[in-house]
Amino acid sequence: MNDILTIKNLRVEGRPPGGSYVPIVKGVSLNVAKGEVLALIGESGSGKSTISLASMGFARPGCRIAGGEIWLNGRDIMKLSPHERHALRGDEVSYVAQSAAASFNPALRIGKQVIEAPLWHGAGDAATLTATAVDLYRKLDLPNPDTVGDKFPHQVSGGQLQRLMAAMAMSCGPDLLILDEPTTALDVTTQIEVLKAFKDIIRDQGTAAIYVTHDLAVVAQVADRILVLKNGEMVEEGPTAQILNDPKHEYTRSLMDAVRPAPHLVDHVDGSAAQAPVISARNITAGYGALTILSDVSVDVPAASVVGVIGESGCGKSTLARVVAGLTPLREGEIKLDGKVAAPGVKDRPRDTLKDCQIVFQMADTALNPRQRIGDILGRPLEFYQGLKGRARLDKVGELLELVDLPRSFASRFPGELSGGQKQRINLARALAADPKVILCDEVTSALDTVVAAGVIELLKSLKDKLGVAYMFISHDLSTVASFADEVVVLYAGRVVEKGPSKAVFSPPFHPYTKLLLSSVPEMRQGWLEGVADTGEAKAASAGSVIIGAKGCPFANRCTHVIAGTCDRVTPPLRDLPGELSVACHLDTDALPST
Amino acid sequence: MYRIILTRLGQGLLTLLLASIIIFGATEILPGDVAEAILGQSRTDEALATLREEMGLNRPAIVRYFDWLGGMVQGDLGTSLATKRPVADMIESRMWNTLRLALLAAAISVPLSLALGLWSAMRAGGKVDKTLAMTTLALIAVPEFFIGLILMKVFAVELKWLSASANTRPYFDFWQNFRALALPVATLSFAVLAHMMRMTRSSVINIFTSPYLEMAALKGLPKRRLVIRHALPNALSPILTVIALNLSYMVSGVIIVETVFGVPGLTRLLVDGVTLRDIPLIQACAMIFGAVYILLNLLADVLSIMANPRLRYPK
Repeated sequence: MNDILTIKNLRVEGRPPGGSYVPIVKGVSLNVAKGEVLALIGESGSGKSTISLASMGFARPGCRIAGGEIWLNGRDIMKLSPHERHALRGDEVSYVAQSAAASFNPALRIGKQVIEAPLWHGAGDAATLTATAVDLYRKLDLPNPDTVGDKFPHQVSGGQLQRLMAAMAMSCGPDLLILDEPTTALDVTTQIEVLKAFKDIIRDQGTAAIYVTHDLAVVAQVADRILVLKNGEMVEEGPTAQILNDPKHEYTRSLMDAVRPAPHLVDHVDGSAAQAPVISARNITAGYGALTILSDVSVDVPAASVVGVIGESGCGKSTLARVVAGLTPLREGEIKLDGKVAAPGVKDRPRDTLKDCQIVFQMADTALNPRQRIGDILGRPLEFYQGLKGRARLDKVGELLELVDLPRSFASRFPGELSGGQKQRINLARALAADPKVILCDEVTSALDTVVAAGVIELLKSLKDKLGVAYMFISHDLSTVASFADEVVVLYAGRVVEKGPSKAVFSPPFHPYTKLLLSSVPEMRQGWLEGVADTGEAKAASAGSVIIGAKGCPFANRCTHVIAGTCDRVTPPLRDLPGELSVACHLDTDALPST
Repeated sequence: MYRIILTRLGQGLLTLLLASIIIFGATEILPGDVAEAILGQSRTDEALATLREEMGLNRPAIVRYFDWLGGMVQGDLGTSLATKRPVADMIESRMWNTLRLALLAAAISVPLSLALGLWSAMRAGGKVDKTLAMTTLALIAVPEFFIGLILMKVFAVELKWLSASANTRPYFDFWQNFRALALPVATLSFAVLAHMMRMTRSSVINIFTSPYLEMAALKGLPKRRLVIRHALPNALSPILTVIALNLSYMVSGVIIVETVFGVPGLTRLLVDGVTLRDIPLIQACAMIFGAVYILLNLLADVLSIMANPRLRYPK
């Protein structure tokens, strides 16, 4: 038997504040052999994170391991004393969390945190451990491996921090590595380098790993075996190829169906006949303090249509929405809402203008006041914009709830009693309460599971058809945008690099950056990662980082097609190509990447 | 970072200037002036006018303000009306008594409250935590003079271990000093302990739920190390603010303790000054208390700026 970890009939219970214990994990068994990667997949609430933590003998506050055996390296860790169990963590088994930005202590230097576990467990002195860590940094392709450990977490980028967390987990030379959604918070372009780094290091060290994720395309790249979970129970288990190509269970098949096809493979919406724009943003320049985020951005949103805005995090997508809504003042440029020039600040806009343009934020959790009932959350804008009171207001709240496919009885509930998808629907209903002409959707599906997100997109589509509302749909999820948007705007470092009808943007010729984005979207095909990570484009892209406000073309430092002397000096203007497409690139139309 | 600190220092100075205006204005509003106070009941209008002329009291208030402020800056605190001695001399002899009480109380209460706060954070919800919460809340709820009197009754009157008078003499040895100062210092410490301790506890517990503490726990570190090494550095800012507020409260709140234990300190000098309408003395004492208050808060702000790596090492 060369199993590193064997879990038998694991049961974990959790207690909501003030409640009694309810089962979360209901008797799951699994095993991981040396050098093997086992993926746990399922929707949120399926218990996959809980199981991965339990394999370290750890339960989050409010949870407890209620039963079962957890054999690690031939010992049942549930029979160990708490002290012995502490000694295992950070020594024989270590953990990589979803968000490195949140999992690094902001007050301590990175290097100290990386070697903290082995130093504490007496694996060596600080100097030797630091030398080992620097080796790891080098293996993980981190820039400046000798000095990166002296930095504080806020001084390095998200992708680098995620790789540093891998170094932190590997620094103790564990037998078992737990990876809990380690790339979910990353951009697709960053995800490739981090996935590659994880895969290489697991193979090099022969470590066994548990990889927790909800992204099947990612699983296809890293896992040897897959275990599908639903509501704390095992649904199906098998080798990666079998689960992906020939799923036996109904639920696994439904998970597969929820995966969206790659952006260039979807049936694109045909741009509807040109309508008068409800949002017309002209030459917008905006930023915070001395920092300029958006430079010379122009976007039109025609009535009753969907304009997708895509780009990596930090490219100014959200700032664009905030500027249109008047939350962030613009420095230059002009915004017209429904044909009328809108004041730059939200305070100076009359109520009618405010009513026309509503915003829906990413995190429904923080956007809804937890102490107000749904009825009040929806009732307030009804009163404010439409002057509805008493009975009329109550009726309209019910109508709004039905509009977003929720029962009327939800009016008396608090946000805390709702699921993530339901909260996002409430968030949307609140925007609809103003009866707007356009809704700014800022990453509204990013925090949701694939299946739930698909439901929200369907709802958005049906609302558009029913009410004729337009959306500015901001997302980093290209597949969703590709299947939903009539037109697409690609932002990079605060500039528009390409825009046009969805079909034209997602088919050749591409802007080099659009090409990079598209080729970075993981495909559900084993071996895809190796193929894409070795391309010149991916290497060039991971070598440079986004520089906001750079001279010349902002993408020049990461582009394989760069024309020396031109791209680094002159900012390319948006030029029109056939098919209503506009591209900001110095390359001749024939030379633009096509495949 | 240095720019932020310099700005903060500038704000501190500005606040101090504002305080001086308020103090001068307040003594200006008081009925009667120095000349009336000096001449007392037997004043005639003529004598009053002459004295005012002599003391320059006929000049506009703004001229006298700058005159006074200029003196302050140069260390000239004016001359007391009651004793005719320079105010600086009177304050100097008293200041040490007050400062000694406050410093001793700070040296005991700050580390103690931090330690107790961390201890109850580690045992949150447990017996230690609950007992500490009850005791410190009780101490905060009872007024200081009452605590002082109880301590005096128990330790000085009944047990006769400690002295009820905090008057020390230059020839006192260590034990005599200890006997004299133990009770007032304890009373002062109790007054500020609870607030600082509870802030430490709640700031640290707040951080317990953050992912980086879970990460540290999954490295197999014991709770002690999680609290001190991982949670405390991130909780410093609110703790420092509360410490500064309590210490500055202590410096001005020391009056009750000085009265109860008969300490000839600065606050009693201020009260005496008010009774005798000794305006230069009142102004000088008020300025000193104001300066201490502003200085302590300034110090807390600067320290929490320096404790923040985001500000220390910008990107």
